[in-house]
Amino acid sequence: MTRAARDGARPLWLRSLGYWAFRYKRTWRSSMTETFVEPVLYLAAMGIGLGTLVDHHVHQVQGVSYLAFVGPGLLASAAMQVGVSESTYPVMGALKWLKTYEAMLATPLRVVDVLRGHLAWIVLRLATVSCAFLGTLAAFGLTRSWEAAVALPAGVLTGVAFAAPIAAFSATQEKDAAFSVIYRFGVVPLFLFSGVFFPITRLPGWLQPLAQVTPLYHGVALCRSLVLGDASLADSIGHAAYLVALAAAGYAAASATYRRRLVV
Amino acid sequence: MAPTLRSFLGTRAPAAEVTGGAAPGAPDAPHVAAADDRAADDRAAADRAAAEERAVAPAPALVVARGLVKRFGRFTAVDGVSFEIARGECFGFLGPNGAGKTSTMRMIACMSPVSGGTLRVLGMDPAIDGTKIRARLGLVPQEDSLDLELTVLDNLVVYARYFDVPRADARRRAADLLEFAQLSERAHDRVEPLSGGMKRRLTIARALMSQPDLMILDEPTTGLDPQARHLLWDRLYRLKQDGVTLVVTTHYMEEAEQLCDRLVIMDHGRIAAHGTPRELVERYVTREVVELRFATAHDQAAALPLGELARRVEVLPDRMLLYADDGEQILAEAERRGWSPVSGLVRRATLEDVFLRLTGRSLVD
Ligand SMILES: Nc1ncnc2c1ncn2[C@@H]1O[C@H](COP(=O)(O)OP(=O)(O)OP(=O)(O)O)[C@@H](O)[C@H]1O
Ligand SMILES: [Mg+2]
Repeated sequence: MTRAARDGARPLWLRSLGYWAFRYKRTWRSSMTETFVEPVLYLAAMGIGLGTLVDHHVHQVQGVSYLAFVGPGLLASAAMQVGVSESTYPVMGALKWLKTYEAMLATPLRVVDVLRGHLAWIVLRLATVSCAFLGTLAAFGLTRSWEAAVALPAGVLTGVAFAAPIAAFSATQEKDAAFSVIYRFGVVPLFLFSGVFFPITRLPGWLQPLAQVTPLYHGVALCRSLVLGDASLADSIGHAAYLVALAAAGYAAASATYRRRLVV
Repeated sequence: MAPTLRSFLGTRAPAAEVTGGAAPGAPDAPHVAAADDRAADDRAAADRAAAEERAVAPAPALVVARGLVKRFGRFTAVDGVSFEIARGECFGFLGPNGAGKTSTMRMIACMSPVSGGTLRVLGMDPAIDGTKIRARLGLVPQEDSLDLELTVLDNLVVYARYFDVPRADARRRAADLLEFAQLSERAHDRVEPLSGGMKRRLTIARALMSQPDLMILDEPTTGLDPQARHLLWDRLYRLKQDGVTLVVTTHYMEEAEQLCDRLVIMDHGRIAAHGTPRELVERYVTREVVELRFATAHDQAAALPLGELARRVEVLPDRMLLYADDGEQILAEAERRGWSPVSGLVRRATLEDVFLRLTGRSLVD
């Protein structure tokens, strides 16, 4: 062993990402259903089952079949679910239960590397999930143009817009009690009322502005317009800018909360 | 029989010279005890040889702390401690619960920022070169931070990757270290069901994956059964022989006495005493201790004048301790005056006596 090899040159955040990837390789089977089976099940149940019913009565939603309408919405909401689930319990586990972060910080890694590596891992997870979802949509014949490929980064962005701020929050928690609150009062209402299953114009008037400030609304709108091939550049940039701003604010907050928690 | 670590520690590049930072002063020349009955075994002989070598050519200090302070909010956990740890030695931190040992270890490990004073580790400032320093350290934290869901082998490999050890090297080294830690048979088992002692050994093996110049072990043997403890002592002793510098905290005085070349006793965030185990015994207690137990408190009170023969007396509820250089003489005197104790024992004074003398017998917290 030479000293050069011992100190290594691989970027530090990549080493922390390496841990999460390694761990996933060892435990991936448990999340297989989440990644590949769920999209198909959802699309089959919502799109085909519910869709035939809706299409029969309404004919079309926003000019397309219900399946085509709901598919990209489900992509965005799946990204939200993965973003939230990867930034709650795993962060708490790495912080308290398994002390993974602590172990990393005894090595050349710094707090920023620990955070960046974990977020990079969440990005990778989101990419695989979005990819699987898009593949399923394509298999159902629901993608209409090359723009659908851009829905992949859009899905990732939607997930990160949740994951970064929630990771920042998780790093302030001593117990996991707040996580079930996030699900009950955050994830579930967003899932139902952010335009995944019906256009938010169907919501009562006073609720519409509220729905429009939720990140999932922007994720759904962005993914849907890209998959359906009717995206306008201005709208897309608007949605993406909102999500990027949320992700960036979340990253900044997480930098602070991670530091406060881990540097003692 | 586990292999020695020489097989792979021996191929290390020569340790980089300590540069920059505070000019490391010569560490105290370790006191070399005259031959006595307890120093007859190989270990002590090897220790003496090593100590003599250092006394002649003091190695540059790997760790230099001057007035080191650690505060948590308004609470001061480490209150201005100074010490130097030389290359190749085993340096101990003793002290009661809450003395500030872990806080000090975490600062040396560059995991916890210094609140005051100066600290140089491997010649560098942790606030500036934390990453570079940590690349050359091996830390065994007080609480295990193993990944319970991964296997024993995977825990080692994944940890080595933080140091950018190539995967193939990591696997090879892991196999050697599992042998060293007597965990080879469990290599492919998950960590969760392992016993506390096995987890501790695995944590030590893990810290060695990066071939550290300096090992920091925070209570490596706490909570282990005597067999596991002795195995660990043996392993740590081998590391020392292989030239790894060790910093150890422990609550086992026997462990400190056997393993540490030099040590400090901390109390309330300060250093109450420092020196070699032998120096400390000589400085703070007498050569021997007489322990007398009496049938009644009345008998014990009656025997108090015996204290005049001792250099120090300690009266405990159940017994009386007399510190003297010749214990037999006191025992004989007690018999002569007819203050026969139920039991009378003369023993050598130990580090434990020093520890209790300096940090008190009652719990502070
Ligand atoms: N993160 C922290 N925040 C606040 N106080 C702390 C923190 N860590 C340690 N302390 C306090 O600092 C003091 C020293 O703690 P430390 O863990 O260094 O002691 P120790 O000598 O290692 O004790 P033990 O033998 O029990 O492990 C204690 O009073 C402890 O409560
Ligand atoms: Mg401690």
